[in-house]
Amino acid sequence: MDIITEIPKEEYVLKCSSACAGCSDSLALRYVLKAAGPDTVLVVPACCTSVTQGIYPNTAFNIPVYNIAFGAAAACASGMSNAFRATGKKTNVIVYAGDGGTLDIGLQALSGAFERGTDFLYICYDNEAYGNTGMQRSGGTPMGARTTTTPTGKTDAKKDIDAIIAAHDPPYMATACSSYPQDLFKKVQTALTFRGPTFIHVLAPCPPGWRYPTEKSVEMGKLAVKSGMWVLYEREYGKLSINPQSKAAMKNPIPLEEYLAPQGRFGGINAKTLEMLRQHLAKNIKKLAAEEAEE
Amino acid sequence: MKKIATGNKAVAEAVKQVQPVVIAVYPITPQTEIVEQIAEFVSTGELKSRYIPVESEHSAMAACIGASITGIRTFTATSSHGLLYMHEMTNWAAGARLPIVMANVNRSIGPGWNIWAEHTDAMQERDTGWLQVYVSTVQEAYDATLMAFRIAEHNDVLLPVMVNLDGFSLSHIMQPLDTVEIGDFIPPMHLPHAIDPTHPAGYGGLTGPDQHFKFRWDIERSMRDSVKVIEATEKDFAQRFGRKYGFTEDYLCEDADVVVVSMGTLGKEAEVAIDMLRKEGIRAGSMRLRWLRPFPKPDLKGKEVVVIDRDYSFGFGGILAKSVQARQKTDVYSVIAGLGGQEVTYEDIADFIRKRRMGEEYWFGVNDHV
Amino acid sequence: MTMYEIRIHSRGGEGGVTAARLLALSAIHDGKYATACPFYGAERRGAPIVSFVRIDDKPIKIYSQIKKPDMVVVIDASVMDVVDVLQGLKRGGKVLVNSTHKIEFAGFSSSHVDLTGIALKENLVVAGSPILDTAVIGALAKMGIITAGSGKMAIREMFTDERNVRAAEAAYREMSA
Repeated sequence: MDIITEIPKEEYVLKCSSACAGCSDSLALRYVLKAAGPDTVLVVPACCTSVTQGIYPNTAFNIPVYNIAFGAAAACASGMSNAFRATGKKTNVIVYAGDGGTLDIGLQALSGAFERGTDFLYICYDNEAYGNTGMQRSGGTPMGARTTTTPTGKTDAKKDIDAIIAAHDPPYMATACSSYPQDLFKKVQTALTFRGPTFIHVLAPCPPGWRYPTEKSVEMGKLAVKSGMWVLYEREYGKLSINPQSKAAMKNPIPLEEYLAPQGRFGGINAKTLEMLRQHLAKNIKKLAAEEAEE
Repeated sequence: MKKIATGNKAVAEAVKQVQPVVIAVYPITPQTEIVEQIAEFVSTGELKSRYIPVESEHSAMAACIGASITGIRTFTATSSHGLLYMHEMTNWAAGARLPIVMANVNRSIGPGWNIWAEHTDAMQERDTGWLQVYVSTVQEAYDATLMAFRIAEHNDVLLPVMVNLDGFSLSHIMQPLDTVEIGDFIPPMHLPHAIDPTHPAGYGGLTGPDQHFKFRWDIERSMRDSVKVIEATEKDFAQRFGRKYGFTEDYLCEDADVVVVSMGTLGKEAEVAIDMLRKEGIRAGSMRLRWLRPFPKPDLKGKEVVVIDRDYSFGFGGILAKSVQARQKTDVYSVIAGLGGQEVTYEDIADFIRKRRMGEEYWFGVNDHV
Repeated sequence: MTMYEIRIHSRGGEGGVTAARLLALSAIHDGKYATACPFYGAERRGAPIVSFVRIDDKPIKIYSQIKKPDMVVVIDASVMDVVDVLQGLKRGGKVLVNSTHKIEFAGFSSSHVDLTGIALKENLVVAGSPILDTAVIGALAKMGIITAGSGKMAIREMFTDERNVRAAEAAYREMSA
């Protein structure tokens, strides 16, 4: 399998998209499309990307983009992929969806598409809230985070979509982060070499949602990984490999506070919630480390 | 108490007055401020409801149904695609005879994604058995939401009620709002068929061809009975709080030669067009339709009727125009305007009236008389 | 009084929508009728946005966009590079710009006030952006659109931080016609 180690210069995300300054979703998409190349259809449900595309009659993405209803992305992709493969086309079908359309309203369709072994790549870029509609809480919002519908901090934990996807036994899945573009690029390329459902969960820090200055998006993602709050790993046929950046973070994590403090959404988080986050983080790291050691 | 509020905030304020026990709701532009305001009221304790941040609109209505059948007050809000996603369950809510109140912020339907005002979303619910009212000011959004609970819960009705407000044009506009001390305006809720483990029963189970039609007739009978309930509720509201509402809001219709019929904010802005036309010597009037279901019997005898539809039924016509035409048994001039938030000003409305051609349909911005 | 129509130009995240609401609320406290509305494109930081305010002695029944404003307020002068802020402005109309110096607009009466400087001095900054919507209320009061008393009442109703009132007072003092 030929995997390009040099990132192509061609841009598929054109200038003058409608993204906010500091948008991680757009940063990630640039590398996703560089990895996928032009024989690609992006299936986009209601999410930030359906806005960053821009307004008719223009589109900011230089590949076909199929917009679809909020909860229907994976089902739509399922139909599209089956149609392409039935007619001998190798076109990449990639869902590019937010956490809302993946963890919440889109979960049924996602589960169905994976259970049926659909040949497509599902990328969830996760800004941990409903960004498109103004930052209301989603199942992906972490505990303690303030959103417009959790004004005093979310009391429920972040839904573990990766565990849900893993339970469907896909041939390949991975986590990634917009702050590590080469890693994301490689993972997209890898995913596209598999036939069947593949999944990449991309952490996408969001300046208006997480409440930090727009120029700090890349730094925010790195803090997430360095603190262990976000772990970079891959599973090939279920076998876990933790990526070097996270292995290093697991050995020598930065304090969780360093990641949370610069974000306005965690402002005023109480000690009890902070402790729960810390414990959950530790448990997760321990579980992943143990699993990798076993293999 | 005098405040200033957006249409969305006014709805949330009314909900705060009513204190539903359960609120299950999912955000969608341009309804989001209702959800956010409710979440804030709940977090400060001003609203003692259980707020369920459901994962989709289908689930929002399903959750409201589950809550309502226990005999408590419930509320939700949505718009456009959210409403359409709920459609199976809005049907269910009416069939289950549940007095659920829902605010719908009228927004167009994609593709392409368009977040601005259009009535087609709620129009597509017109056959479900839901009562529907369309408001045109922030004050009316507040008042209608309060009245909706009382109307829905009246034992002659026991059907869900939808309060419609134009996306952005009303949901996001700030106007003065006078909130009231509700007192005993809304009597305590009594749902005769509420779940009661001491009187076990099956709910909504298998119903054969020899029975099912009776339940459908029952819905229609209550829909007809709701007319009196609406009238009595609006009368009582006027007596207590000083603001009068009816099935229509008529402006200078009595001596009018031509009347423009419309809904929502267009129906309010039409009054400015009427003033303009009257100065030109044209005896025009505006009839703003408030209740879509039950559909009223407007008195338009002897007048030429211009109907503005902020909606369309493909292959048929403007839904309001066709409805008025059927009721009046007369030709109307059907104007299709305002779709997807298309700008329609009082000058445009005046022009529709000046240039009317009875029996024809005119798509504003598309062509000159189809 | 015939209806007075004001169009406010700003960028997303700077408080243009809030300024419109504060202005409407102030006018209502002055005993007038007022409506405020934003024109939304996609909600995003940094994009040029427009808000509208109508003030009248009788209830306002118009919802459509203001085509011929009596006054234009430019909260972020940089939008003037991409937007024609004077479009439709009535002859003899007023322009108020957030600026350190006077900007001439041929045919219109122009005023300026350094809202940004005032906001920074009061440390009214959120997520890196100075808050300009409360300061501008002071300038509008100086221009006679609303009374200073109502402006302060409106600010205090919407905000607990008294710096907002001080910023408005500073704008009132510093504004030059």
